[in-house]
Amino acid sequence: MLKQTPLNAKHHEANAKLVDFSGWEMPIHYGSQVEEHHFVRNDAGMFDVSHMLPVDIKGEGARAFLRKLVANNIDKLQTTGRALYTCMLHEGGGVVDDLIIYFMSESWFRLVVNAGCADKDLAWMEVQRDKLAPKLSITPRRDLAMIAIQGPNAAAKLWAAMPGTRELAEAMKPFHAVVVGEMFVARTGYTGEDGFEVMVPNKAAPFFWQALLEAGVKPCGLGARDTLRLEAGMNLYGQDMDEGVTPFDSGLAWTVDMSGERDFIGKDALSRLPRNRQLVGLKLLDRGVLRGHQSVFTAQGEGEITSGSFSPTLNGSIALARVPVGIKVGDTVEVDIRGKRMKAAVVKYPFVRNGKALV
Amino acid sequence: MSIPADLKYTKSHEWVRLEADGSVSVGISHHAQELLGDMVFVENPTVGRKLVAGEECAVVESVKAASDVYSPIAGEVVAANGDLEGAPETLNQDSYAAWMFKLKPANAADLDGLMDATAYAAHVASEAH
Repeated sequence: MLKQTPLNAKHHEANAKLVDFSGWEMPIHYGSQVEEHHFVRNDAGMFDVSHMLPVDIKGEGARAFLRKLVANNIDKLQTTGRALYTCMLHEGGGVVDDLIIYFMSESWFRLVVNAGCADKDLAWMEVQRDKLAPKLSITPRRDLAMIAIQGPNAAAKLWAAMPGTRELAEAMKPFHAVVVGEMFVARTGYTGEDGFEVMVPNKAAPFFWQALLEAGVKPCGLGARDTLRLEAGMNLYGQDMDEGVTPFDSGLAWTVDMSGERDFIGKDALSRLPRNRQLVGLKLLDRGVLRGHQSVFTAQGEGEITSGSFSPTLNGSIALARVPVGIKVGDTVEVDIRGKRMKAAVVKYPFVRNGKALV
Repeated sequence: MSIPADLKYTKSHEWVRLEADGSVSVGISHHAQELLGDMVFVENPTVGRKLVAGEECAVVESVKAASDVYSPIAGEVVAANGDLEGAPETLNQDSYAAWMFKLKPANAADLDGLMDATAYAAHVASEAH
């Protein structure tokens, strides 16, 4: 039996094609994934991301606990509402999950973790909590639904749908969050566009969704979410990284703070492990479509595509690939597409940001 | 969407139309394009290639996935629809008009071995769990 979000009935009303996503019945598209993709790049779309889990860490010493729990440095968060993207590692340096942490007060940090990792993340955090800070509370917030509103017109349409959010949220910079009554409004997203991720009580979610619909925000499925995040050069857990690789193997060195005395879980392993792999962007030069797990042949040895797809914005195929170090932007590599060697260029990513092609 | 009664169908969701000149046009069914979603890439067989029934001979790729297209019957490829390469979305928009390639059948009677619209409708229904 698949789990359902509070918006399940709204998806049925909108004729969504629903699929099993990490045990959740989620919309993959509402007709055309490509149209939804363009709508987000050009206007404003919304995604039900209620399968993701908000987790509240509350109590004295929350910051000290997070200093140890995650690879990025929680001390980068000094102003209320500020968010941090980070990986949580196991002792061996592999990625348990990637998450966003919002700093709401010294005794309240809110984390948002992946749906497919939620159970193991909670178990892992509880084990660490029991060792390091037994008085802290770790509370999964399945009572909250989350809707991501994304696109150049996301802000204007959110104000139209929920006028009460405007006063507090309008001046908010990217990667910050604010509490507005029962809503938690964050200026974050997974598309490379301006936008918000808004958490509301489950019961309120269908009304909020309806208000957004009436303000002209188009429902978009997880299909478009995947092509948007790939164009934006954002990693997807389970494809671009997992417990078998480190952040350094996964293009996430920028999220790891090795500096200073701060000790975090996995730091020791990261300092010892060889850094011989990297994540690069690929743009297919020949005809076809790059897909995950296709082999990549380079002058420095073999690699593999971790995420590949057709890019609606670029009208071509792009990918993230894990390849040996030494491969550089501007190099040409070959990809095995169903038995044929096709040429691809190594490019800088993100591929698209704020509606503009960068490659 | 109704399944056109004047066409023949395969279990792998190709449609086949017998043309006036004795050749057959081949495409993918409405149901197939619906399963795959937005089409972004088409690779057709080259003209002159000889195919056996059930041979992998073309590829369609949607944003979501790649899918092989199989030759419904034995024959020689006499035409390939080059327009589709630049406009794969035509397969979504009107799947029964968007022919992919044409075959000269090795044996015209082979068409009788394919499903009619009623049998294909039952086949689609049986695949839906």
